[in-house]
Amino acid sequence: MRKAKEFIVEKLILTCGVASIFFVALIFLFLMKEGLAVFKTVSLSDFLAGHKWYPISEPPQLGILPLILGSILVTIGAAIISIPIGVGSAIYIAEIAPAWAKEVLKAGVELLAAIPSVVLGFVGMVTLVPLVKNVFNLPTGLTALSGSIMLAFMAMPTIVSVAEDALYSVPKNYKEGAFALGATQWQTIWRVMLPASSSGILAAVMLGIGRVIGETMAVMMITGNAAVIPKTILVPVRTLTATVAAEMGEAVVGGEHYFALFAIGIVLFMISFMINVTADLFLHKRQR
Amino acid sequence: MRNPYRTQKIAFFFLLLSTLLIVVPVGLIVVIIIQKGLPAINWQFLSEVPQQGMRAGGIFPAIVGTFYLVSGAILFALPIGLLAAVYLTEYAKDNLLTRIIKLAIVNLAGVPSVVYGLFGFALFVVFFKFGASILSGSLTLGIMILPVIITTSVEALESVPASFREVSLSLGVSKWQTIRNIVLPNAVPGILTGTILGLGRAAGETAPILFTVAAFYLPQLPASIFDQAMALPYHLYVISTQVPNVDEKVRYGTAFVLLALVLSMNLVAIVIRSKFRKKKKW
Repeated sequence: MRKAKEFIVEKLILTCGVASIFFVALIFLFLMKEGLAVFKTVSLSDFLAGHKWYPISEPPQLGILPLILGSILVTIGAAIISIPIGVGSAIYIAEIAPAWAKEVLKAGVELLAAIPSVVLGFVGMVTLVPLVKNVFNLPTGLTALSGSIMLAFMAMPTIVSVAEDALYSVPKNYKEGAFALGATQWQTIWRVMLPASSSGILAAVMLGIGRVIGETMAVMMITGNAAVIPKTILVPVRTLTATVAAEMGEAVVGGEHYFALFAIGIVLFMISFMINVTADLFLHKRQR
Repeated sequence: MRNPYRTQKIAFFFLLLSTLLIVVPVGLIVVIIIQKGLPAINWQFLSEVPQQGMRAGGIFPAIVGTFYLVSGAILFALPIGLLAAVYLTEYAKDNLLTRIIKLAIVNLAGVPSVVYGLFGFALFVVFFKFGASILSGSLTLGIMILPVIITTSVEALESVPASFREVSLSLGVSKWQTIRNIVLPNAVPGILTGTILGLGRAAGETAPILFTVAAFYLPQLPASIFDQAMALPYHLYVISTQVPNVDEKVRYGTAFVLLALVLSMNLVAIVIRSKFRKKKKW
């Protein structure tokens, strides 16, 4: 009797253990199930490289290139801002800050990670958007630049915490060795600590970028949502995520528009899958 | 000649600057929301339904909706997440399956929130025919917070010393009884921390509930888990982008309530964690 109970419990535990694999597969399966149907009407190349996204015209034009470029533009902007700041403050927190400040700064970064994206979007709308509008003298402040700045803030907590872990995991005797040779603290950081933790820092950057590409609400609220190919960073753009979030409510279940939005979901899922697998490989390389 | 100490000074200045560039805006965001949001908070705002097309009145249905959604998500995610963590710490061997499980958890954590929304819509709303309902929304949020629960629970279980298990097993107690009576009770604070962090995450997310549950405006409270509901983050999105001429006070007030809810959960989690660390007897 007790053995039977033990057996059942252990099977239950195993089932829950593999649940994560099951859910990832399920997500992929259902995106495919709903999304692949779009390729009955558009070819893969027309879908990915088409210049026009007019999903409700007759016939619908389902080219997501403007959306991909919108996502890329906003992501590059966010990366340029968040990588140096994120890695810089990871170095500061891990290596330089006095013990009391360390806790305060870490709490500040954790606080940023905890703020819901819709709240950040709201704050961006009332502060950043008017600022960008006035500084650059634009007709609207809802631009790729505003989105980049806001998204940079959402990537920073990830970059800081993963990069900080990478720096902590560098063996202590590396640092001691450098000091013993007469290197200054900065020379030690620059020549020893950073190279030694480079794969972890690379993983941090990738995970941060993954966060940016997948971010939805804040981006939808402050990038202006114009589905045209952007020429500069000071115009409204529309990202892949914002398109799905904004249009899913109007799409008819089983229609081409609906299928196309799920196909965008497949693209997003694959991007995040590749980023996470590669980042995981980098993190694992470090541990060995 | 380059002076290494001057280089160091310049470098440290920029590192400090970048840290401040993160921490100061965070402080400002919180201060702005408190300063402009707090005056809007009164009993009516918290206990009444929205009025005049959401331009006035309160946010009570949104608070209730978020409460339901978050409870549903945790009811679903906690048992699965906890048992998954038990599997990973107590049963899993260092093999390919374990490696794939860990990779799946990492991926689950990285899936964009709007993709969870699409998935929840396709599976729960359309395939299982739950419709846009609290059930669909809760399950979607539950799968989304699963990685948070698993990773924090794994940490909590791993922090229980191996000797505890060995003593129990050497007394002839079975493996599951050891886990239930020795390992789990000692890991409760850590598991609680993870659960609360998961709750906070679920309360703040908007994209996964957009198509699975969220109602634009719904004056009455949901009667069953098959009803739609309003939710705080979606309500904030609606009144700041979809409805024109909403009173500033209503917007800031809603943002304040949402932020206060999420941050207080995180604070509780941090307090539990630090208390537990101090009290550790091994």
